[in-house]
Amino acid sequence: MSQSGDPSAGDGQPVWREEFAIRTADERYVARRQFTKFMVLTSVGMFVGNLSILIKSWLWRRPQYAPQVVAGASELPVGGVKLFTYPTEKDRCILVRLAEDQFVAYSQKCTHLSCAVYFSAEAGRFECPCHEGFFRAADGAVLQGPPQRPLPRIVLEMAGDQLVATGVDLQEEG
Amino acid sequence: MFGYAFFIDPSRCIGCQSCVQACAECETHRGTSMIHVDFLDRASSIATVPMVCMHCDDPTCAQVCPADAIKKGEDGVVHSSLKPRCIACSNCVLACPFGVPMVKLAIEQMTKCDMCYDRTSEGKRPMCATVCPSQALAYVRPEEIAAGRREVPTSVFGFGLQTVTTLVQYLVPAGSRSIQVEAVDIVDYLWEGDGQP
Repeated sequence: MSQSGDPSAGDGQPVWREEFAIRTADERYVARRQFTKFMVLTSVGMFVGNLSILIKSWLWRRPQYAPQVVAGASELPVGGVKLFTYPTEKDRCILVRLAEDQFVAYSQKCTHLSCAVYFSAEAGRFECPCHEGFFRAADGAVLQGPPQRPLPRIVLEMAGDQLVATGVDLQEEG
Repeated sequence: MFGYAFFIDPSRCIGCQSCVQACAECETHRGTSMIHVDFLDRASSIATVPMVCMHCDDPTCAQVCPADAIKKGEDGVVHSSLKPRCIACSNCVLACPFGVPMVKLAIEQMTKCDMCYDRTSEGKRPMCATVCPSQALAYVRPEEIAAGRREVPTSVFGFGLQTVTTLVQYLVPAGSRSIQVEAVDIVDYLWEGDGQP
């Protein structure tokens, strides 16, 4: 019912006629056949969309990363931490010198909710301050907390006396 | 059929009942005719008139249906009642100014002429119009009617204070624009008292 108390719709018809239209074209309720049609077309759309994603992932299987020198790695003391970005300016990474000749680097984003993890030297692990998710320093595996996946590892190579980041290992298999 | 229209010419009707029989032969409602042939004034005339559904623009049968069972399609055809909804109350039978709907009590449903929707929707002509020997019922292009008939089509009917416009067209003598039906007080008509109602 309209607020003004006018019992009729626009064309002199009572208001309830809108709900019970005589012309099938005026009906607002979705017919079963129309609903089925919608569901089928939506399902086909979803299938095609998923298929395109699958084909795309086949075609671009391995993303290519440009090598990048991690500056100032050689003057890092054992147990020292250095932050850098790789492969793009927005991907913050953390480099740790675990031993004289052992460097490890991981994405700084916690795999739970993307808080920045930090290196705890005394515990020898990466810790996320948000929900206490801990990662092993040696391989980035989850030690405790809500994260389900290990930290993405930055592949490092020694080129002369320079440390070079050459790729990102998502460590999805583990 | 796109571009085709239904015309009724009562002056051509010879009362042969072919249309009624042809309608009853349709497989969707075999044995039951949805249309009828009326005698206009049987006491004084042999004139007959075929009556198919006129498919009103604002169908009175659908307006009075309490169960929302009568629907008008996008092509203007008013269909038989929807089986799950019809309650066989006969409101439509009483309300239709042309006397078209019929309630079949055996199936408790109103059925009516739907211009042979199963045929016309796939490009065939309605049963009645295909068999009518005098083409009093004609399903043709409007140009053919204009070229071949003296009468002119109208789709405006006056029933007392109610004006009804229809999809099916009536052929009336040239110069007429509408058909005005005298309003008859049915109670007055049926009165069997002393002549002073």
